[in-house]
Amino acid sequence: MQTPRPGRLAARLASPLLARLSASSLAKAGALLLAVIVAASLLAPLISPYSPVEPSGPPLQPPSLRHPLGTDRLGRDVFTRILYGGRIVLWVVALSVALSAAVGVPLGLVSGYLGGRLDRILSMVMDAVYAFPSLVLAIALAAVLGPRPENAAVAIAVVYVPTYFRMVRGQVLQVKASPFVESLRALGLPTGRILRRHVLPHIIQTVMVVFSLSAADAVLTEAALSYFGLAVTPPTPDWGFDLYNAKGFALQYPWLIAAPGAAITLLALSLALIGEGLGETARQGG
Amino acid sequence: MGLLRYVAVRAALIVPSILILYTIAFLVLRVLPGNPILAVLGTKNIPPEQLRQLEHELGLDKPLWRQYLDYLWNALHGDFGKSLVVRGRSISADLKERLPATIELALAGLLASLVLGFATGVPAGLRRGTKLDTAMRLYGSITYTLFIPWLGLLLQLVFAVWLGIFPVSGRIDPTVGLHPLTGFYVLDSIIERNWAALRDVVAHLFLPALTLGIVLSGPYTRLVRNNLAAVMESRFILAYRARGVRESRLVLHALRNALIPVVTYAGLQFALLLGGAVLTETTFDWPGIGTYLVEKIQYRDYPAIQAVVIVFAALVGLVSLLVDVVYALLDPRIRY
Amino acid sequence: MTAVAETVLRVEGLTVHYYTLRGIVRAVEDAWLEAGSGELVALVGESGSGKSTLGLALLNLVPPPGRVVRGSVYVGSTDILSLRGEKLRQARGSLVSIVFQDPFTTLDPVRRIGDQIEEVLVEHGVQREEARARAREVLEEVGLPRSVAERYPHQLSGGQRQRVSIAAAIALWPSVLVADEPTTALDVVVQKQIMDLIDGLRRSHGMAVVLVTHDIALAAERADRLAVMYAGQIVEQGPAGEVVARPLHPYTRMLLASVPDIDSDRWPEPIPGQPPDLRAPPPGCRFHPRCPEAVEKCRREEPPLTLLPGGRAVKCWLHAGRE
Repeated sequence: MQTPRPGRLAARLASPLLARLSASSLAKAGALLLAVIVAASLLAPLISPYSPVEPSGPPLQPPSLRHPLGTDRLGRDVFTRILYGGRIVLWVVALSVALSAAVGVPLGLVSGYLGGRLDRILSMVMDAVYAFPSLVLAIALAAVLGPRPENAAVAIAVVYVPTYFRMVRGQVLQVKASPFVESLRALGLPTGRILRRHVLPHIIQTVMVVFSLSAADAVLTEAALSYFGLAVTPPTPDWGFDLYNAKGFALQYPWLIAAPGAAITLLALSLALIGEGLGETARQGG
Repeated sequence: MGLLRYVAVRAALIVPSILILYTIAFLVLRVLPGNPILAVLGTKNIPPEQLRQLEHELGLDKPLWRQYLDYLWNALHGDFGKSLVVRGRSISADLKERLPATIELALAGLLASLVLGFATGVPAGLRRGTKLDTAMRLYGSITYTLFIPWLGLLLQLVFAVWLGIFPVSGRIDPTVGLHPLTGFYVLDSIIERNWAALRDVVAHLFLPALTLGIVLSGPYTRLVRNNLAAVMESRFILAYRARGVRESRLVLHALRNALIPVVTYAGLQFALLLGGAVLTETTFDWPGIGTYLVEKIQYRDYPAIQAVVIVFAALVGLVSLLVDVVYALLDPRIRY
Repeated sequence: MTAVAETVLRVEGLTVHYYTLRGIVRAVEDAWLEAGSGELVALVGESGSGKSTLGLALLNLVPPPGRVVRGSVYVGSTDILSLRGEKLRQARGSLVSIVFQDPFTTLDPVRRIGDQIEEVLVEHGVQREEARARAREVLEEVGLPRSVAERYPHQLSGGQRQRVSIAAAIALWPSVLVADEPTTALDVVVQKQIMDLIDGLRRSHGMAVVLVTHDIALAAERADRLAVMYAGQIVEQGPAGEVVARPLHPYTRMLLASVPDIDSDRWPEPIPGQPPDLRAPPPGCRFHPRCPEAVEKCRREEPPLTLLPGGRAVKCWLHAGRE
């Protein structure tokens, strides 16, 4: 058997995943919602004629036919800002989840498999970070790094590494104890190959569930960082930041806070539903 | 006796976690920003001698490892150093002032989330498979993904501004004349028998606690529902029924068994509670460590931020210890 | 031995069905049973024969999706199946009670033994003080020291826990005790102790015991009367000694032959075939597919219950028309 190339590996992973997805109505609903949000953000220029950073009408206008979600205090179309803001949020979330997984999964694999001192020390560090309020750490990191989406992504990524680490390590420990891996070792196969070809496929399924759920968390964490002005600088559109800026006007112009808040929750919800749906089918032995 | 040893062992494990977090905080806050003073003052031009004098004052000219150990040593003695931004201001004093407010909010939020969790979880657990059950499970999923500042804002708008039932923000109305003893205003107003103050404090506490409670209640809904359902179907409940015990008492017994995982979960989620409290505080202008932290972040007051991290790490550790103790008390299988 | 004893349990036409998503499972069909004061009636059958369901039905405790469709369970002059709500609750534990098979899951793990037994008494109107004393008394009656009342279930062995279950079941001295495989989960030495205990209790208090078991050897050893159950129906019933010595129903005969006998050279013979799917039991006699003596009539018509002298009854075409 040859080591699957990345493309074929992806294909191998996709089909059971799709099967699991379609088995759960919860996951399907979530996937649909996610698809809508992603599509809307990516196709923003096609959907809206306005610019998200230039004013396109009188300020603080209530929703109308021209501006379905009204305009903000600088006369910018709110709907457009939501659409483009989605790009920022999706970008940060995708980047942070990818980074966390890229660091957490291999570390978990190695640590779990090799065990010993390395494992003990690493586990202790990861447990300490995991137990700590993630938002506080992310805020501190983001503040030090500076308000850019990429920095926010790094801050979030650091905070979620322990999640992936612990999950993968736990699975590896389970698999490691299984007789079939014992026999592979007895046959003298090198560690790397055992990890890559035999251990990894077993744990990918569980990682997928964690992926979705931590992505949902990441959306909320990004929103919080953005709310505190740690993710973007004006005039870049970002949901959390817009919400914060609209706070003072909320009483008279409630649509200004309705939109960004709803967007955050809907995106997080879609990801959470996918994760829960996958988890459900996993428990049912899907 | 077993309990005491159990507690001692768990207590000892807190120390490494605090150290690890302190180290991470130190690396992030001291090492990364380069020269903290310049970071605070921005790009203002400052004469080199004055810079050096400031550095010496704040102990920043010592080697890094020295600063690391010194700060830790002082912190163990309750001295968290001085603020970088507010000249001469003791951080410990700030913390002492603000910590009770955050803890009070966190506890109120925990209470709210438990009440909501049980209120939604028990009916769902007793009537599994019905529409009510599905509705409750949906409740759990949705509440978890609500953005706290948004929810808080909405609750403020509806209940404080439009309906005027609750105050919009803050912790207390100064005119009620409370003289804080412990810093926990609810406790203090009871001690003083100042009922007007108590009413006022609870009114101020209500919306923030509700916000926090709603967002954190989802997992409890699921936990209570699943565990209650599992226990109600278990053999010993059937045995109880066979002995002619009333249904209402049966549910009580089932709840006692189902409570155990809820307590453990509450402890594990304390970190989430703290994080949520930070967001809630900023939304409601609550004078706790959350708003303190955000303020200090804005001003790049690194020593203060470091102190907050240590305090949070200690809090989380203590709570997990507390949970272990309560768990041991609830489940006799652990103790004996 | 039993002819003069007053009948405390009379089960007539008991039918229990489970309404599942996959069809209606006819778990118990037209069951009939009698037990006199102090008598031990053994209900013997393979797993899936419906014996446990019958046991639960005697307390009207069949869990959903099961339902009692027809029949009556008379304990004394009260039909348990006609009781509802509060009256039913009161009857359970005081008129009829049950001891379950698995002592490891039938006690509340977070409460003390004493509290659990006290509760049975208090829930039936006994005053707290008296209940406390009585709980400790009944623990002694089942052979446990009074100090057990302060302990938690996980601190006791399986045999001890089963004694506690028995104590909770007899605390109010019900007329009928259902014992659902009470010794199956225990080792052989403890089995004898528990069965001895049950024997002692029933004799001293005139309590009828319905012993539900798959172990015909145990039944033969301990029972006064024996009822054999197959596929939801009671196919033979009578004094234990008689049924074992001269089994009438082919199933009974094969059941006896399938048990190893230490005193003879006979090799145990398993019964060929499988018990039927109770969602669609075979027409006519439910045993006919596995019966070596089945005739054409057995395949078409269900045999009637034939009462024979000596307190025996059998449901088989081979013996119909002999009364």
